[in-house]
Amino acid sequence: MALVLLVFFAGLLGHLLWHGAAGLSWELFTAPPRHAGRDGGIAPILVSTGLILGVCMVTALPFGLGTAVLLAEVTQRRSWTGEFVRRSLDTLAGVPSIVFGLFGNAFFCVTLGLGFSIMSGGLTLACMVLPILIRTAEEGLRAVPREYRLAAAALGFSHASTVCQLLLPAAVPALLAGFILGLGRAMAETAALIFTSGYVDRMPASLWDSGRALSIHIYDLSMHVPGGDGRAYASALVLIGLLLVINAGAMWAGRRLTAQWILVA
Amino acid sequence: MYTTWWPPITLSHSRRDQLLRALLWSCASVAGLMLVCIVAFLILESAPALSHPGWRRFFTDAAWHPTEDAYALWPMLAGTLLSTGGAVLLAAPLGIGTAVFCQWYAPAWLAVPCRRLIELLAGIPSVVFGFWGLVALVPLINQWQPPGASLLAGICILTMMILPTTSLLAQASLAQADPDALRAAAALGFGRWGTLRRVVLPSCAAGLLTAGLLAASRALGETMAVLMVCGNVVQLPSSLFDPVRTLTANMALEIPYAAGRHRSVLFVSGLLLLLLVISLVGSATWVRRALRHV
Amino acid sequence: MNAGRAWIPLLLVLAATAGCGDSPDARQPLTKLSITGSSTMAPLIAAIGKRFERRHPGVRIDVQTGGSSRGVADTRSGLAHIGMVSRALRALEQRDLVGTPVARDGIGLIVHNTNPVGALTPRQVVALYTGGMTTWRPVSGKDASVVVVNKAEGRATLELFLKYFHLTNAEIRADVIIGDNEQGIKFVAGNPHAIGYVSNGAAEYALRHEVPIKRLPLTTASAPPAAGHPAPSPLARPLTLVTTRRPPALAQAFIAFAASSHVHDLVAAHYFVPLAA
Repeated sequence: MALVLLVFFAGLLGHLLWHGAAGLSWELFTAPPRHAGRDGGIAPILVSTGLILGVCMVTALPFGLGTAVLLAEVTQRRSWTGEFVRRSLDTLAGVPSIVFGLFGNAFFCVTLGLGFSIMSGGLTLACMVLPILIRTAEEGLRAVPREYRLAAAALGFSHASTVCQLLLPAAVPALLAGFILGLGRAMAETAALIFTSGYVDRMPASLWDSGRALSIHIYDLSMHVPGGDGRAYASALVLIGLLLVINAGAMWAGRRLTAQWILVA
Repeated sequence: MYTTWWPPITLSHSRRDQLLRALLWSCASVAGLMLVCIVAFLILESAPALSHPGWRRFFTDAAWHPTEDAYALWPMLAGTLLSTGGAVLLAAPLGIGTAVFCQWYAPAWLAVPCRRLIELLAGIPSVVFGFWGLVALVPLINQWQPPGASLLAGICILTMMILPTTSLLAQASLAQADPDALRAAAALGFGRWGTLRRVVLPSCAAGLLTAGLLAASRALGETMAVLMVCGNVVQLPSSLFDPVRTLTANMALEIPYAAGRHRSVLFVSGLLLLLLVISLVGSATWVRRALRHV
Repeated sequence: MNAGRAWIPLLLVLAATAGCGDSPDARQPLTKLSITGSSTMAPLIAAIGKRFERRHPGVRIDVQTGGSSRGVADTRSGLAHIGMVSRALRALEQRDLVGTPVARDGIGLIVHNTNPVGALTPRQVVALYTGGMTTWRPVSGKDASVVVVNKAEGRATLELFLKYFHLTNAEIRADVIIGDNEQGIKFVAGNPHAIGYVSNGAAEYALRHEVPIKRLPLTTASAPPAAGHPAPSPLARPLTLVTTRRPPALAQAFIAFAASSHVHDLVAAHYFVPLAA
């Protein structure tokens, strides 16, 4: 059974490579799309994707870490509020992305007046990835041995310094894993972005501009543009490549941070 | 048994710590508030449909023809439950299996690339899964049993989509096994399998359950891929090869072209889905509590 | 205190994004036109928008999608200056909105190219779609079950199809329901016994690029299908740009440009039919 699945996955990746490799070129990364994306490159789309992810992570990380620390380090076992936050997060994780999209459109674009913009898209995505970030960070913090906290308390550390200087650095690998998982989810998102960050494939001038994300580009090319398949495959390959780079980068950063921390400790 | 760490009631009254707690609570309240906002938004949008035709009709009407005054949502509820259930039944054992393999059996040179591959798969957009399903998987099933776009195709694609997340979360919780307990098991002469079965898996049950839960809710909420491979016919499937429509696909297919009452009924599908997720989370809490008392 | 250093990059990014916020929207005479609506029209209108931008330096055309209903709703609420609607306006909508067709899009039946059936009469199409004919045998095809592909509720193509064949959606016995044209083409291309109806433009492009489908002409008892150029299909919908009754001057200029012969090459390049000048 596992083998069958492996075959499926190999089939999927092979299929992408087979159809997409021909479309990979230098032009793809440097040129703007032409003829609705059938020709040309995806440069503005890459920039928009990066900005959307940036907004998403910059907003989601502080909230995510804060909530995770609260759940793991502050709330007690029988705390009613802690349980409530945890259950709301589990529920949020299951809200379909299209609902997030429609909600983001109504709230960020219309109510807050951000319009179709990279800002709206990033904030909507932040709402989506928050549950993943928090749950993985909480698990990571719980995995830090109890002795650390006891030792810190015995040394007279304040709770704040225990968290900031001991627990969070010790949990860096888990935090990174959560970060990667969240980023992957955000990058793969389509339905939530159509209604928020929008469809404009021009190079964005600011965060208040509409910008097309890579996954929307893939969706549009494969579903609305006759003959867009070639570029759609190539874009999908680029997306997977980006994920690989981000994974590797995060791992490298994680290793450096952990090494530094051990030196200090 | 290894118990999870719960912080004691803090005695610290330092200004910094009070500030920290205030900060953390405000972070957490944002998460809670967001859910409240989304629920309120869904209820507001579906209110016209809930007053007329009323929620009863969604379960008693015979068919779904929203422009001809027939609003049966129950076949789609069934479609959602069947496809998600099938995918979780497949993905949970496979995900936990690969996690156990990577964490316990695989040598380091194999475990690390395995993990990277799984992380990579977790980031493939659902559109790509759906696209591949449409051009490769559906024709394959079609040759076997037409029409191809079916519950089975949906289950296969969903399994592939939630497997990476399940596996990664399961690995995270397996990594938490108490090292003392492992050493004790080794000292008692437990083999690898014995340690796993008697020590690790029981102590990680709650974490594994969470992994399964998150996977199930991801499958419930999945839209684009399911829309492309499931066939989207509103009916109660009589076999794995019958096409079905899920609640999410219903929203994504029709909302762009719906107005007025039709649009409102589509938001009811969203509300229904949210209720499903809430009941899932509730039952998981109950199971977790039961596990704790064992 | 080394751990604190990890937060420095984060703070820098925060500061950088806060800096970006200082560029406020110009509230001068309108230079940014926002257009939302039909996803079928969006690629075409975006291309027209680019050409329009080149002729009017300083003007920006932002095209968004989300479906024809969104186009109507956003134009009404003022969220967009122009809406894209891939059908004719309904009577109720004509009360407060003005529509200008910019191109036409025909609908045609498609089957897999190994299907031996050459043409169908409207009566046969109705029989296929309502379950009166469940295999291809009666129309001298293979003895295999027909896989009927229908469109999702609310789509303009579905409306047109139903109206043309005097059907209601409740009568149709579909095996597969699809959303977009490309999904239909990809499904039929992967299924030798399927029949579906899609936008002619999309089918035309697929045919020229060796996708294994073929178009199925409709015959009537009196007039067999003419070879070569078929008469304009009665199964066609106008692609319409809508505005409120008093649109801004820039919106009027854009609509006039989009309906003019300056963009016929773009319309053709997207496989739609330009309106006769």
